[in-house]
Amino acid sequence: MRQWWWKILCGVLVLFTVVAGFMMPVPRLDILNETIRNLYFHVPMWFTMIVLFTAAFVYSIKYLRSGKLEDDIYASTLTSTGILFSILGMLTGMEWGKYTWGAAWSNDPKQLCTAILMLIYFAYGILRSGMRDEEKRAKISAVYNVFAFAMIVPLLFVLPRMVDSLHPGNGGNPAFAKYDLDSDMRMVFWPANAGWIMLGSWIASLNIRLALLKHKSENDL
Amino acid sequence: MLRSILATILVLLLSVVTSQAQTEMADTMRSNGKIYVVVVVLATIFAGIFTYLVVLDRKIGRMEKENRN
Repeated sequence: MRQWWWKILCGVLVLFTVVAGFMMPVPRLDILNETIRNLYFHVPMWFTMIVLFTAAFVYSIKYLRSGKLEDDIYASTLTSTGILFSILGMLTGMEWGKYTWGAAWSNDPKQLCTAILMLIYFAYGILRSGMRDEEKRAKISAVYNVFAFAMIVPLLFVLPRMVDSLHPGNGGNPAFAKYDLDSDMRMVFWPANAGWIMLGSWIASLNIRLALLKHKSENDL
Repeated sequence: MLRSILATILVLLLSVVTSQAQTEMADTMRSNGKIYVVVVVLATIFAGIFTYLVVLDRKIGRMEKENRN
């Protein structure tokens, strides 16, 4: 993760998203109008969050198997970076919803489920801060994180699709089908996701390196 | 090194902005309802965040090197 090539690639992709996201033609749809371009910026936040939470889940399992505190540092730092992206995703979604759905909060099933998921992950942070003993904190929070991650599937992928939702790709429809038809949008949408996932991983990797340094210096004392 | 690079970027940006200001209305930055201005602003913000992350990365890299010695 210390190489530079993927960080430069990340910069190029996100810069491409910012420029092409505004310049490329998009479908002319009522109500959405130009806000359809938000798809390039709002959705990658969630993709990044899911990737970071998945990585945190993997490291939590790894910790439970190895008992190495470094794995716990990876898991907790990846989770907190994921929470940052979930907050960004929620705020951008509320801003978008305000001008297309009519209200920042419209009790949309996906909004509600995501809010529940965010609370589950906030509780992870509170759980950790409540314990002083490193081993105990690592073990309990790793087990909690496995359950928290398991909640992503029903909350984000199953429940919102079983009911009618304002979000596209819900209420029985496959996700992005409407936009997938538009090859112009696909050309920006996927690089955007790749770029933001890399940016999130980069931020997480910096946080992890810092936390590992701190852990090492505390152990040396 | 880094400071001189940043200064160069700033001077280049300023020269772009001032040269745009002197020309007529029909240039690219003013077309399409000035959407290009928004693109430039967002690109600038991202460039700033990117530079910040690069600096942070190098700083942590130095700390790791010191820690290893």
